[in-house]
Amino acid sequence: MLTRDDYQGTKEAWCPGCGNFGILNAVKKALLDLQLPPEKILMVSGIGQASKLPHYLRCNFFNGLHGRALPVALAAKLANPEMTVIVHNGDGDCYGEGGNHFLHNIRRNPDITCIVHDNKVYGLTKGQASPTSDKGFTTKVQTHGVFNEPFNPLAIAISMNCSFVARGYAGDLSYLAELIKKGIQHKGFSLIDVLQPCPTFNHVNTFRWYQERVYHLEEDKEFDPGNPLKAFYKAREWGDRIPLGVFYLHPRPTIEENIPALQAGPLYRQKIQPNRILDIMEEFYASPGEKPWLRGR
Amino acid sequence: MDKELTIKIGGEAGQGLVTIGSVLSNLFSRGGWYVFSSQDYESRIRGGHNIFQMRIADDPIWAMSDRVDVLIALDRETLYLHLPELHDNSVVIYDGEKIQAPPSGKVKLMSVPMDRIARESGGPILANTVALAATVGLLGYEIKYLEDYLRLTFGKKGEQIIRENTQAARRGHEEALRICREKREVCPFQVRPLDAPTKMLVSGNEGVALGALAAGCKFYSGYPMTPSTGILTYMASKADQFGVVVEQAEDEIAAINMVIGASFAGARAMTATSGGGFDLMTEGFSLAGMTETPIVVVLGQRPGPATGLPTRTEQAELQYAIHASHGEFPRMVLAPGTPEQAFYLTAHAFNQAEKYQIPVIILTDQYLADSYFSLDRPLDPDKITIDRCLLSEEELGRMKEEYRRYALSETGISPRTIPGQSRHLVMADSDEHDEYGHIIEDRETRSRQAAKRMKKEQMMEQDILPPNIYGHLKAKNIIICWGSTWGIVHETMKKLHDEGEDVAMLHFTQIWPFPSRQVKDLLRDRDELICIENNATGQLASIIREKTGMAMDEKILQADGRPFSVQYLFETVQEVIR
Ligand SMILES: Cc1ncc(C[n+]2csc(CCOP(=O)(O)OP(=O)(O)O)c2C)c(N)n1
Ligand code: SF4
Repeated sequence: MLTRDDYQGTKEAWCPGCGNFGILNAVKKALLDLQLPPEKILMVSGIGQASKLPHYLRCNFFNGLHGRALPVALAAKLANPEMTVIVHNGDGDCYGEGGNHFLHNIRRNPDITCIVHDNKVYGLTKGQASPTSDKGFTTKVQTHGVFNEPFNPLAIAISMNCSFVARGYAGDLSYLAELIKKGIQHKGFSLIDVLQPCPTFNHVNTFRWYQERVYHLEEDKEFDPGNPLKAFYKAREWGDRIPLGVFYLHPRPTIEENIPALQAGPLYRQKIQPNRILDIMEEFYASPGEKPWLRGR
Repeated sequence: MDKELTIKIGGEAGQGLVTIGSVLSNLFSRGGWYVFSSQDYESRIRGGHNIFQMRIADDPIWAMSDRVDVLIALDRETLYLHLPELHDNSVVIYDGEKIQAPPSGKVKLMSVPMDRIARESGGPILANTVALAATVGLLGYEIKYLEDYLRLTFGKKGEQIIRENTQAARRGHEEALRICREKREVCPFQVRPLDAPTKMLVSGNEGVALGALAAGCKFYSGYPMTPSTGILTYMASKADQFGVVVEQAEDEIAAINMVIGASFAGARAMTATSGGGFDLMTEGFSLAGMTETPIVVVLGQRPGPATGLPTRTEQAELQYAIHASHGEFPRMVLAPGTPEQAFYLTAHAFNQAEKYQIPVIILTDQYLADSYFSLDRPLDPDKITIDRCLLSEEELGRMKEEYRRYALSETGISPRTIPGQSRHLVMADSDEHDEYGHIIEDRETRSRQAAKRMKKEQMMEQDILPPNIYGHLKAKNIIICWGSTWGIVHETMKKLHDEGEDVAMLHFTQIWPFPSRQVKDLLRDRDELICIENNATGQLASIIREKTGMAMDEKILQADGRPFSVQYLFETVQEVIR
């Protein structure tokens, strides 16, 4: 039986009151509930406050480059599908610098869980706007306020038939932990965008601001995550009311299942036999019958 | 060399000249001839003026010749453009019903109604088969070899395709024989199968890919870019058979990060690209350096800057390869000169990458990547050892304390293991980190980890591949070269020898870490040092000077997007040493 201590990593270095604490606790709770052994978990992250999270857990991790967590995670999953691969990104990380990888991994549908700590601001570089910042958000760079249309990760993911699309909130721990559990258990690419207050740099989207607005999709008895149009409609709801929950489910085969090479198990366990190239040597001689490479063997 | 022959096929892209070229190369290679073939094409899919050239000989050859003996002109432009390259005995094959031939002078013009025969046999698409068969007939090669080959290659496409092609081939062949009879002359070049073993015909890209497969590369990710795309397609074609995961990345940034992720998770992993793609990879290359993740990156050079001449050749990224990326970390740069070297060096690259936990670059270029070479002996997987340098299960089991991915050690190499394999956790970080892999900021830990990484360079000296010497090192003149110019320079040197010149050749296959000590020993007290490079600035010459203090006496450089010709080098070296 695994206990919470089994997941205890190093001391957190986030600001007091940061939404990331809630996310970390929810992740620990989800792992504990699922009784996932730390050595079977691989956390992959990019760069940013959010991406430091794997250090604060006990598990395998690869803390790579800004925006590049997904390609690393994808390949690690392909190399060893037996691992539970969870990605932690910031919104700048995943939707800005890593936007291209975000789109293409939705297409590939690897069985990984992608948690985006969406604080609508760049934390680690001290307060610039991010792709998800609300219009009018002013910073030292966006001095006249953001006038760009915010990136809507949920709507985009739904439009691309992402197989699992959800939104959580750092201030709603047990609900978030449930979403993370569902995401991990879901076979395929699970996007969990988490509303994360950053008391230091985002004075608009605060705990209080969210507290007044968020509600659970389950409250709407009509809602059906199998319906892309309804999901899309909900994904565009932002303002007085902000929905949380699983927006969209579209189970489909994962990339791992589609690759014949993986039938034989994780790549690291497959034996290396240089001699096997002799099987294809004939193609380079094209002379039927004659096999000089086998002479003397 | 008793016999040799150069065939040049010219036409528009899309006319099937590569098919003609590769089939002829294969036929002759099967017949025991040495074949060398290269392509010269424009960056377009249809139209333009493209060339496939092939040299065959009864002695090993590694380069193209300047003289053209047989010209197969699939369009008018080829005929007019290349007439000046022909000599008195040359033969031209063209379609006289479509192209009006110029007044020929002394060359022999052979008009074969390719288009008509093709249409009568099944469709205009068969014109290249007619040209192919006419050439085979002209050279005195028996049609049955071609028929065998057609059956072998078109086998999967169905009976009708085979039938049509065979018919087109027979008629093209008969036509050639008829012309010879009527003109009462035979082609001065006859290429019957030799009583010699079949040769293996391999391109540089295939050499690399075969080396990777033999070395157990299990993950390959790439984004198409000439001239390295061939590696991606070859790996994809063998993926199922060899249990390789091959993924086309969304860009080169993703490609290299995937390779890092796969390697971290335990798979031998490789990517291949060209200069522009490698620019995008340098960020990830540095990540491999910091996280000490073993990866192999093929950098197939082509002329830059920017998109340069996309389909042509140059050796201008040597300095880039040894310096690419931010920060300081050890790396290895290898530069094969032939497909055979490419094969063994690629396998070596995987071992070295894992032994030292570093990124390794294999530098090729369009000339090596896309040219086909005949190998005398088959590539020998028995010569390849697999050295993964991972902690064994017993060692892991015995380990009481927590695993430290970046443990300090005498050699700078930390024992490596794979996540998920044991109860030990593996933690890697792109930030500076402590021995466990956790982010740090203090100067002591930074200094220790940075020193640990760089320390590996000292140990890498023990595996360094010194340059290869050809000829007598006591020679008065030493020609120095690296990578893909091996064959051209080698033939030049032999030719100079035959002329009684006192020359030897030094060829580098490992550029970084640079074999400084060996080079100092080898070149001490040498008279004349001549460096030959396919670039504008003499990049190897600069490295030699930096690392040994020795300056070249002469540099022969060329950066017009084309490989050197032996004739040109021969004359230039002669001029220089006299
Ligand atoms: C290639 C690159 N560009 C820029 C940076 C600098 N940088 C570090 S974190 C960051 C943004 C962080 O914002 P976000 O991803 O939203 O994460 P947060 O810190 O808010 O959790 C940037 C731009 C970098 N490390 N690498
Ligand atoms: S800057 Fe914001 S996101 Fe970063 S630790 Fe502080 S509160 Fe959290």
